[in-house]
Amino acid sequence: MSKLKQRRRTFDTLRAIASWLVALIVFFPILWMVLTSFKTELGAFAMPPEFFFKPTLENYREIMDRSDYMHFAWNSLLTSGGSTLLGMLVAVPAAYGFAFHPTLRTRGTLMWMLSTKMLPGVGVLVPIYLIARNLGLLDSRILLVVIFALINLPIMVWMIYTYFRDIPRDILEAARMDGATTLQEIRRVLLPVSRGGLASTALLSLILSWNEAFWSLNLTTTNAAPLSALVASFASPEGLFWAKLSAVSTLACAPILVLGWGSQKQLVRGLTFGAVK
Amino acid sequence: MRASRPTSRTGRLMVSPAVLMLFVWMIVPLAMTVYFSTQYYNLLYPGKTSFVGLENFAYFFTYPSFFTSVINTLLLVGSVLAITVVFGVLISVLVDAPFPGQGIVRMLLISPFFIMPTVSALVWKNLLMNPVSGFFAWLSVSLGMTPVNWFSDWPLLSIILIVAWEWLPFAILIFITSLQSMNQEQKDAAQMDGANAFAVFRYLTLPHLARPIAVVVMVESIFLLNIFAEIFTTTSGGPGDATTNLPFLIFTQALLEFDVGAASAGGLVAVVLANIVAYFLIRLIGKSLTEA
Repeated sequence: MSKLKQRRRTFDTLRAIASWLVALIVFFPILWMVLTSFKTELGAFAMPPEFFFKPTLENYREIMDRSDYMHFAWNSLLTSGGSTLLGMLVAVPAAYGFAFHPTLRTRGTLMWMLSTKMLPGVGVLVPIYLIARNLGLLDSRILLVVIFALINLPIMVWMIYTYFRDIPRDILEAARMDGATTLQEIRRVLLPVSRGGLASTALLSLILSWNEAFWSLNLTTTNAAPLSALVASFASPEGLFWAKLSAVSTLACAPILVLGWGSQKQLVRGLTFGAVK
Repeated sequence: MRASRPTSRTGRLMVSPAVLMLFVWMIVPLAMTVYFSTQYYNLLYPGKTSFVGLENFAYFFTYPSFFTSVINTLLLVGSVLAITVVFGVLISVLVDAPFPGQGIVRMLLISPFFIMPTVSALVWKNLLMNPVSGFFAWLSVSLGMTPVNWFSDWPLLSIILIVAWEWLPFAILIFITSLQSMNQEQKDAAQMDGANAFAVFRYLTLPHLARPIAVVVMVESIFLLNIFAEIFTTTSGGPGDATTNLPFLIFTQALLEFDVGAASAGGLVAVVLANIVAYFLIRLIGKSLTEA
């Protein structure tokens, strides 16, 4: 018996070691990026690579000094924040309608919404580009706010819908009996109950918009370009400054990474439309 | 519950802004794309627009890069799906049982999902895959091998690796969550009855993961069909057209050669391709999404 236990313990230890090893391999590119951001440009190129080095904040200082970083960060913040706000304003009522006033067409409409996500961006890039150009909206933050809101809307509606669907109807009906109007019903009863779900929906929208690159790369140049476009500009030959690229990348990813870590449990629900719990 | 008349009116009122916005977002550009696809329309010669029928499609279909780009698109989607599902399942099962630092391991594992595509593409290309001073080159030399020149010798594989790294965490995140809801007693009972670890995995774990796998395949397909930033920032579709997928080919037609007509025809091909994939996916798991 104790021999079996012994073997079991060895197995568990091996398993823990393997888990840690796999996790470190998967995480390594990010770790390496952060490490490189604290090296000198010369050190970033060094062969063999420097594992132990005197960290410098030089790259961060230089990135911040070139005042344009703040400009791009501000754009990222405004566009992802704005689109999340706009998306929530439209998605919450829609999810409410789907969840509490279902009709025969509800299921079909929900599936149709999801199917608009299947419409490839490239399929409609040309018209959107031309419309934006004719309206004088190319390279404007408003355009990105609207587009990000639209591309995330189906996921947001689905996500909030799956939260609303699980709320017992009695609560709402009780409020309605007491003479609450629809708006009061939503504001006083529904929103407080589903605060957590709404927060994680907003968070997911924020993450997706912050990281979006296709539309930002194609519809902005400098004025409205967010961080993902700034990082892409380091792809050009003149951008062969690995330490600085790493510093910019670290600055661009850190806030979203932290948000993601904090919300991993709730994200699953949103990302799978409640199909996996 | 049957909806009475006033309720259904409220419901419609609440739903309509979202439906209307998405409808316009879908139908207006799509209609314009259909119209443009029948026109000779180049932004460099704005005055010379004319109806050309299906010529743009003929041009696009016979364009040497077209066939390659469709194959590349399917290869990219297929390989990344295979890698993320297989490794996603294995890794999730590995980290499922409690061990010291399990929480941290999970955080590390899902991290790449939150990294923006332009960052992960550039970090992989420059810091890891650079043939002279990248980390992989150093690893190869240390092991006594010749460093691989990733982006010139294995361009598509390089892109696949980067994209798979970005999406593996998503699969892990979904599978880990699903495994938590597995019936532990059933597993223990099976082991008591003499089932080995492989049998438990094969007959209990895998069937339990069927639905999450379907979800992962569907969600990833939507995003993988549209991979753009990773290619834009690393290879620009090259060398030649080795890493040109359909989105990137249309992008070069539209915004580099300003051929709106051909780009629109290509855009419609992409829409059709996406819809073929979507049709099968929705049939496969659409039902399980709206139930439950």
